[in-house]
Amino acid sequence: MTSGPAAPRTARPRPPGRGVPLALLAPALLGLAFLLVPLLALLVRAPWRSLPEQLTSPEVWQALRLSLFCATAATALSLVVGVPLAWLLARTEFRGRGLVRALVTLPLVLPPVVGGVALLLALGRNGVVGQYLDAWFGISLPFTTAGVVLAETFVAMPFLVISVEGTLRAADPRFEEAAATLGASRFTAFRRVTLPLIAPGVAAGAVLAWARALGEFGATITFAGNFPGRTQTMPLAVYLALQNDPAAAIALSLVLLAVSVAVLAGLRDRWMRTA
Amino acid sequence: MTESTVPHDAGQPGRTAAPGLDARLVVDRGAFRLDIALTAAPGDVVALLGPNGAGKTTALRALAGLTPLTAGHLRLDGAELHRTPPEARPVGVVFQDYLLFPHLTALDNVAFGPRCRGAGKAEARARAAEWLDRMGLAGHAGARPRHLSGGQAQRVALARALAIDPRLLLLDEPLAALDARTRLEVRARLRRHLAAFEAVAVLVTHDPLDAMVLADRLVVVEHGRIVQEGAPTDIARHPRTEYIAQLVGLNLYRGHADGHTVRLDAGPAVSTTEDLSGPAFVAFPPGAVTLYRDRPTGSSARNLWRCRVAGLETHGDQIRAELTGELSLAADLTTVAAAELDLHPGAPVWAAVKAAQTHAYPA
Repeated sequence: MTSGPAAPRTARPRPPGRGVPLALLAPALLGLAFLLVPLLALLVRAPWRSLPEQLTSPEVWQALRLSLFCATAATALSLVVGVPLAWLLARTEFRGRGLVRALVTLPLVLPPVVGGVALLLALGRNGVVGQYLDAWFGISLPFTTAGVVLAETFVAMPFLVISVEGTLRAADPRFEEAAATLGASRFTAFRRVTLPLIAPGVAAGAVLAWARALGEFGATITFAGNFPGRTQTMPLAVYLALQNDPAAAIALSLVLLAVSVAVLAGLRDRWMRTA
Repeated sequence: MTESTVPHDAGQPGRTAAPGLDARLVVDRGAFRLDIALTAAPGDVVALLGPNGAGKTTALRALAGLTPLTAGHLRLDGAELHRTPPEARPVGVVFQDYLLFPHLTALDNVAFGPRCRGAGKAEARARAAEWLDRMGLAGHAGARPRHLSGGQAQRVALARALAIDPRLLLLDEPLAALDARTRLEVRARLRRHLAAFEAVAVLVTHDPLDAMVLADRLVVVEHGRIVQEGAPTDIARHPRTEYIAQLVGLNLYRGHADGHTVRLDAGPAVSTTEDLSGPAFVAFPPGAVTLYRDRPTGSSARNLWRCRVAGLETHGDQIRAELTGELSLAADLTTVAAAELDLHPGAPVWAAVKAAQTHAYPA
């Protein structure tokens, strides 16, 4: 093998008297505890005995199925339009590109509820675009499963675009030039050379977007409402259950926690490896 | 523009154009301007030689269509390629670091071109296998680029470029990525392949040895312009710029000849055996210079200059002394001689060159 052996993990001996100062250690531990204690509380108070029963109830299954379906559909939609958008941002020059990138990343920092309101104004029955969808095609998106998918896509796609754009910028554009000299059109070069090269980045972006979509609450409830079986995803079900059946809310939360941990584990090579 | 009325730029419609390459490449890039004319017949191997930043790679990219021409023309076997996108040009490129697609096997890398140019999958792979076989790489068809040695990767890159049957083959610093040992072997092999290639090959290099071994004709480019072109031996013997003189290891001066004497622009006169008049170059190898601590008395050398040592460095098993003074020059001497002369930076010396060791030619 040409790659060198993994760096030894043994700690280097520390010079004497160079310990961690308490002024840094104490707040650091406090911060760590703040992040961990709520999760531990979730595990401690979980109704472990009735958990199998909770998790197999039709309501939970319904919400879980809907969540998985919508998050996956939103991820697929993000891939179909987000990867080309990332390519455009990374590989072409046009006026106002910086502005376009800023607008793409806006949903990252925008309160999701605002996103939901904006979606209503755009795609609602009387919305800027929605009125024509309704008049011409009889399509109404708010308060439907498709509406959930759109709300999740709106919030999740920027994660994918940013991740893929970064990977594209790091990828050597000269591979595309080499493909061109061999007779590949720009699209063929993208499909047969660039896309395979950036596949890990696309996958990481997709997982990130999927996780974000799965946890989406604000935009969904604003744009799609809260109808069991149609638009009530897991986070919405958790919120609702907390009012009248806390045990069910905890059980649902545990499922989402498990999914998050699985996502983190899947991405650890990419996001948790420090230089 | 109407072709019938305007006799433009040597274009002669209706007549079968000469095969090979006929190009004038003009690329403007802010402060830098490339402007060179290149012609070559099928079977020619032309080397663009020049220092870094001279515009060699820009010229290659312009030929491949990766950098647009600001002006000029580009004809290959009579076809105007000026506005043809790179994917439609019959031009194969071997990039400096090869740019083999890391996710494809050697075979699929070579099959990529034929596949993009319309061959079926099976046909493209059969053709690729044939090329790998010709390169002596049949056993590595299934290997990914990262498992290939530098020399093997270079051959895969060459096979990939040749597999599209190019009418023009471009090689960008084909040996620069290799270590000294592999270089020797790959250079010999590349020379055979280039000799067998029936269309035009243009290679870019900053290494004079690569250029002289691989090419039939050298085109020396400096600051975006051609400063000299010709057969390798001719250029090695008659350098016309400081850069080329350094490459081929000669001291070079420009001056004005009158009989057997050339008065240098740099000051002193040099006695030569050639009989010339008018602007002229004088060249002599560093090995032809003899150094003395004190002014030699019985020396037969007519060319004698008082100099100072500006720097010393080992050059193979010799010492190369850079001298300044009446004339700036490089002199080679043995380590023993250097010690006997007590050479050190700042030391005064006399430098002598016999007229028979100099070579003068018209500028």
